[in-house]
Amino acid sequence: MRGTALLFYILRRLLQTVPVVLGVVVLNFLLLQLAPGDLATVLAGEAGGAPKEYIDLLRQRFGQDQPVIVQLYRYMAGLLTLDLGYSFRQSAPVLQLLLDRLWPTLLLMGTTFLLSLGFGVTMGLLAALWVRTWKDHIVSVVAIIFYATPLFWVGLMLILLFSIKLGWFPTSGMEDVVAFNEGWDRVVDIAHHLVLPSITLSLFYLALYARLMRASMLEQRGLDYVTTARAKGLSERQITIRHVLRNALLPVVTMAGVQVGSLLGGSVIVESVFAWPGLGQLAYQSLFARDFNLLLGIFFLSSCLVVIVNLIVDVVYVLLDPRIRIG
Amino acid sequence: MSDVVLTIDNLTVALPSWSDRRNAVEGVSLDIHRNEILCVVGESGSGKSVMAKSVLRLLPAPHVRVTGGRILFEGKDLLTLSEPEIRAIRGGRIAMIFQEPMVALNALMKVGRQIDEVLEVHTKMRAAERRTRVLELLADVHLPEPERIIDSYPHELSGGQRQRVMIAMALAVEPALIIADEPTTALDVTTQAQILHLIKELQRTHGTAVLFITHDFGVVAEIADRVAVMRHGELVELGQTSDVLNTPQADYTKALVAAVPSMTPRARTSAPASAPLLIVRNVEKTYGRHGGWFGSRGRTVKAVQKVSLDIGRGRSLALVGESGSGKSTLARCIIGLEESDGGEIILDGEQISGLTRNEMRTLRRHLQMVFQDPFASLNPRHRIGDIIALGPTIQGVSKEQAWKEARELLMLVGLKPEAVDRYPHEFSGGQRQRIGIARALAVKPKLIIADEPVSALDVSVQKQVLELLDKLRRTLDLSMLFITHDLRVAATVCEEIAVMQHGLIVEQGSTADIFSNPQHAYTHALLQAVPGVAWQTRSAPSI
Repeated sequence: MRGTALLFYILRRLLQTVPVVLGVVVLNFLLLQLAPGDLATVLAGEAGGAPKEYIDLLRQRFGQDQPVIVQLYRYMAGLLTLDLGYSFRQSAPVLQLLLDRLWPTLLLMGTTFLLSLGFGVTMGLLAALWVRTWKDHIVSVVAIIFYATPLFWVGLMLILLFSIKLGWFPTSGMEDVVAFNEGWDRVVDIAHHLVLPSITLSLFYLALYARLMRASMLEQRGLDYVTTARAKGLSERQITIRHVLRNALLPVVTMAGVQVGSLLGGSVIVESVFAWPGLGQLAYQSLFARDFNLLLGIFFLSSCLVVIVNLIVDVVYVLLDPRIRIG
Repeated sequence: MSDVVLTIDNLTVALPSWSDRRNAVEGVSLDIHRNEILCVVGESGSGKSVMAKSVLRLLPAPHVRVTGGRILFEGKDLLTLSEPEIRAIRGGRIAMIFQEPMVALNALMKVGRQIDEVLEVHTKMRAAERRTRVLELLADVHLPEPERIIDSYPHELSGGQRQRVMIAMALAVEPALIIADEPTTALDVTTQAQILHLIKELQRTHGTAVLFITHDFGVVAEIADRVAVMRHGELVELGQTSDVLNTPQADYTKALVAAVPSMTPRARTSAPASAPLLIVRNVEKTYGRHGGWFGSRGRTVKAVQKVSLDIGRGRSLALVGESGSGKSTLARCIIGLEESDGGEIILDGEQISGLTRNEMRTLRRHLQMVFQDPFASLNPRHRIGDIIALGPTIQGVSKEQAWKEARELLMLVGLKPEAVDRYPHEFSGGQRQRIGIARALAVKPKLIIADEPVSALDVSVQKQVLELLDKLRRTLDLSMLFITHDLRVAATVCEEIAVMQHGLIVEQGSTADIFSNPQHAYTHALLQAVPGVAWQTRSAPSI
């Protein structure tokens, strides 16, 4: 009963995402028109200059000689058949480039998400249990430091300490490309490369979730149902695990869902610092190359990701909280 | 005596240093016997709840703590037990029922499991046996379809059903004592009557002792064997129920008993019948009619269904109903906070339904509202003078004039005129409600709509506010629509009553007629459900 309702809900939500994503694409397309310069001028500039005729020829080849509305129409028409255009800069179809870069980013984001949520919730939980003791203060101070430190600085310092001084972790990249590892060796190698970037990206969110979890736990602990549980004769441990924890998690889950979008933004910086071959790095490069087709493709994929993650969070929420009515 | 279950001996509970009183409970001594219901009555701040919570050591430590006395139960002082020992008592030998059945249950856990936890902690029963026992308990508290209820979440049950679940939880391992902390205060009057009946029935069959905390003398009359009256943390009077209710000894008890609104209906005034001030014709309001973009099937609630009523000049009509009956929605439609879906509302010959906000603005001063919660309905950042003068200033009165009138109004409602310069938090609940009345009167309205204006107040304060409203209404020749769930209050202030149920007015007439000869079954049930109705009608002065 609830299962089928949930399925219908998911289908309906997926349907609702279509206009949202299309709207995002149109908006991005129009916004990019505002950026000065285009791919033709960048290419010409890199070649050390070119006659105007040549630049016009390039523009004609890229389809940029057409009015904006025609370009938009062509792009949207292509999009509906999942043709995201061609990156003239990288000489490859955009879709191909995106799919190559998607999974490193998903790996980084997924690891970061689990790491920050897992440790954040644990830290917040412990701080709430130790409330107003020196242990609580330490957790809170550490959380504030993590919260306030810029991402790129953390990344550089971690590289300096763990890669250059101690030599424990590689400085950059996703795997050792000359080693040609296969199977488990490759997994271990990628995991080894993953450590520093995911820690860098995690710290901020970890602090955020820890602070939220602590506050949420303390709020829930003062509510009447906890007194009821205590009056039933449950031990403090049972009260925390069975009653308080799940209630306290709800706001954290909401926040985690909202933060996934900004996680994608944070990965641009981290991927650049660690030369992680993901979407963020690709976005950074294509922006400066004025490779608008590729950039639009990245935006499209990112908006799809955010929308889907939000849907997943909502479904998790429905599963966690029986009070949420589907519909 | 051998059948004493619990002895509270000279108990003192200290409040934190920043509160306005040193002790919440001061030197209270009580005995509770087997097979007896002892009611502890008091107004808010009397320390009755703190006393009840200290028995099971559920006080919010470290700020509120027991500083003296003993609590003896089955030969042991509960205050000196170790943590595991007191846990064995909690829920096992002494169980507790709380006021708000919604927030007292964990919203994310099935109610069956919440009852099951008690058995899990206090017995060695296996899971299957426990489930059988939970089903048995749900049946014992007369919940329909225990098989369905056991797997329901709290929000899927009504308030009364949730309180039954709490009672089932309390009874789970047959405790020697049940402490019930205002268990029926949050419930509708008919549900309250059922729950009181259930508690009494179960208490008799199991021979349990019950410590019942309440602020309502009606409830006391209904359920108690003995009564303890508390004030400012001290025990004022203790005795058999009939003695305390009918021949109270302490002055405070006398005042409290006198403040209970009587069941004596107000006589019909002989004012000449003129054209009614407010006419409500066939007003309807349905919620949730619009479907979403992607075809969500909206659930519709018919909050108000073709309701008609009149209020004459200088008359007052009580709209009586339980929660969800649509009485507040109707009031909001009349005052224009909600737009009615159909019907007409005519005030003093002018149609006010279907007007735009701009057209309504000039008419709005003719009708004003007094709200239920005096704590939430005054802007905490505004001075009292600003709150009262705002309405007149918007209507074009000069600021000096409006402030001058505000001072006069404050005197009229029994406050000092200097109060204009102070902020809402400096006043008590009753004083704030007086300010709310002054604010409503500031624009010189013809009709006052009072939405449960006294339900958040203590009984003695309630009496004063009701008297004030009545006096003002007569001196200023106001009409009033008085919304309440409490028939006793309705009888005190209004000559006429309209009884509302499921969005319909089921019965309407003069208070005296409705009290002496109710026609509709629901009116009859409401009258029967008034707590302590037998005591009140017996003690009411015969006319």
